[in-house]
Amino acid sequence: MGRARREDDNDPQCEPPPPEENMAVSPHRSPRCAAPLPARSGVGLRVEHIDEILAGRPDLGFFEIHAENYMGEGGPPHRRLEAIRAVYPLSLHGVGLSIGSPRPLDKDHLKRLAALAERYEPGLFSEHLAWSSHNEGFLNDLLPLPYTQETLAAVCAHVEETQEALGGRMLLENPSTYVLFEESTIGETDFLAEIARRTGCGLLLDINNVFVSATNHGFDPLAYLDAFPLQHVGEIHLAGYADAQDDAGRPLLIDAHDSPVRDPVWALYAQTIARIGATPTLIEWDNDPPAWPVLFAEARRAERAMAEAAPRDRELRRAV
Amino acid sequence: MRFEASLDAFAGALRDPASPGPAQTLGREGRPDARRFAVYRNNVAVGLIAAIEARYPVVRRLVGDDFFRAMAGAFAAQEKPRTPILIHYGARFADFIGGFEPAREIVYLADVARLENAWVESYHSAEAAPLAIADLETLDPADYAALRFAPHPAARLLRMAHPGASIWAAHQGPGEPRPPGAWVAEDALVTRPEADVCVRALPPGGWAFANALFAGDSLGEAAEICAGDGVDPGSHLVGLIEAGALKSFH
Repeated sequence: MGRARREDDNDPQCEPPPPEENMAVSPHRSPRCAAPLPARSGVGLRVEHIDEILAGRPDLGFFEIHAENYMGEGGPPHRRLEAIRAVYPLSLHGVGLSIGSPRPLDKDHLKRLAALAERYEPGLFSEHLAWSSHNEGFLNDLLPLPYTQETLAAVCAHVEETQEALGGRMLLENPSTYVLFEESTIGETDFLAEIARRTGCGLLLDINNVFVSATNHGFDPLAYLDAFPLQHVGEIHLAGYADAQDDAGRPLLIDAHDSPVRDPVWALYAQTIARIGATPTLIEWDNDPPAWPVLFAEARRAERAMAEAAPRDRELRRAV
Repeated sequence: MRFEASLDAFAGALRDPASPGPAQTLGREGRPDARRFAVYRNNVAVGLIAAIEARYPVVRRLVGDDFFRAMAGAFAAQEKPRTPILIHYGARFADFIGGFEPAREIVYLADVARLENAWVESYHSAEAAPLAIADLETLDPADYAALRFAPHPAARLLRMAHPGASIWAAHQGPGEPRPPGAWVAEDALVTRPEADVCVRALPPGGWAFANALFAGDSLGEAAEICAGDGVDPGSHLVGLIEAGALKSFH
């Protein structure tokens, strides 16, 4: 599966990982590159693109998969993922654990996640500050929760349980939301900072989610980023949104993942990268994905933004 | 306790299309906002309908996009996934179609759905090396009748009241589908010995023979079950092995 590595294929991302990285690397020797994600861009892996990717081996930092799509026992999805994993680092992104629920986590689902992590040795595992399961079953959406001391304790317990099950540090993603809860007493950035402080988890900063929520609730996205605990960010997500309106006729942005990243999100990304330096960055385009060259061009744009921000990043670090 | 109550109210409002959202959810005006809350309700429905669409492409083609979405939406409203693994969601859609009044006159629709579900199950099944003819060559023919077989994990058997396999096959790939040559009940075998899923219509007696072997009957017992069909059980066995439907024997 996959191509033999070329003699000159000596990129640093395939060096053995330093000891304190996001995911524990399994003790057995692996022929593939079992490294943390490089500070480069990646895209979501889509079946429509696999043949082109394996034939052309585009210069890309990593691929991200939705863990639940690879929870079948076998067959073509796993064969394809093995082939991809032989040549690219992987990010494992869960969409079904329902971490932001008062209910106990699904132990079987945790076991399935741990088995996937052991099999494919991802550079990191991430999940959402959201809930998705309730009495009637899995609701298949990332639903919002109130931010209170009670919900904070519940989320922290779930993050700790997940990290224990997967044997390493996870990243928790900030949500996009359309409504707020009356009972919330803690701001979202403080809530995330406190989770990171109590559990030691990292954070996945979805900059499209920041812009969507800022527009929907009328706050300044730059102020949100100022308040965000950026030192814990292990990955960034970028995506496109759709435009709608609420009952009062105000703009309502929908986190649609079905179009190119918009300009205000690129601008926030550049400012974030200038502050924290190059960071693994995913282009999320899961719905109506475009032809491979279009998606690849979006990923290249993120790499250019990282390259442009890098000199400023070095200056800032010298100044500190 | 308040956390639980808050999410109960949220989930309840998701189920009720007339609800503007629970009282404790706020839009910019400081009160529930129906359009905002509807985004969540819509996300739930659209995501589940998309999962059904992906699983049943031929059923969708047979009834058209609008009819399919309405039918899948009605199914999703009454049955949510039991786990977050959406590749397993919708396995009971064929039963739902069988009782869906607006589709009652499309008598073969549920059979086609059952075949498509079997195809997806086979696609995601565990890997296993299929049994080969050569594996049996060292045996004494006198022992054949006592052999029992384990089915390959990706093998599925279907008994249909209509020509579901022919209709399914006619709707693979582009182009105008041709109607089945004969309107007869069909039995099908779905296998995936390697990467590709294969669908075969079974000859007369083939289903009863394979069903008996899959259930653990010996080769001799299975041969008796289809003795009246006029087909040599040996050719049934060879057909199953060549299709990759068996994993091992003992």
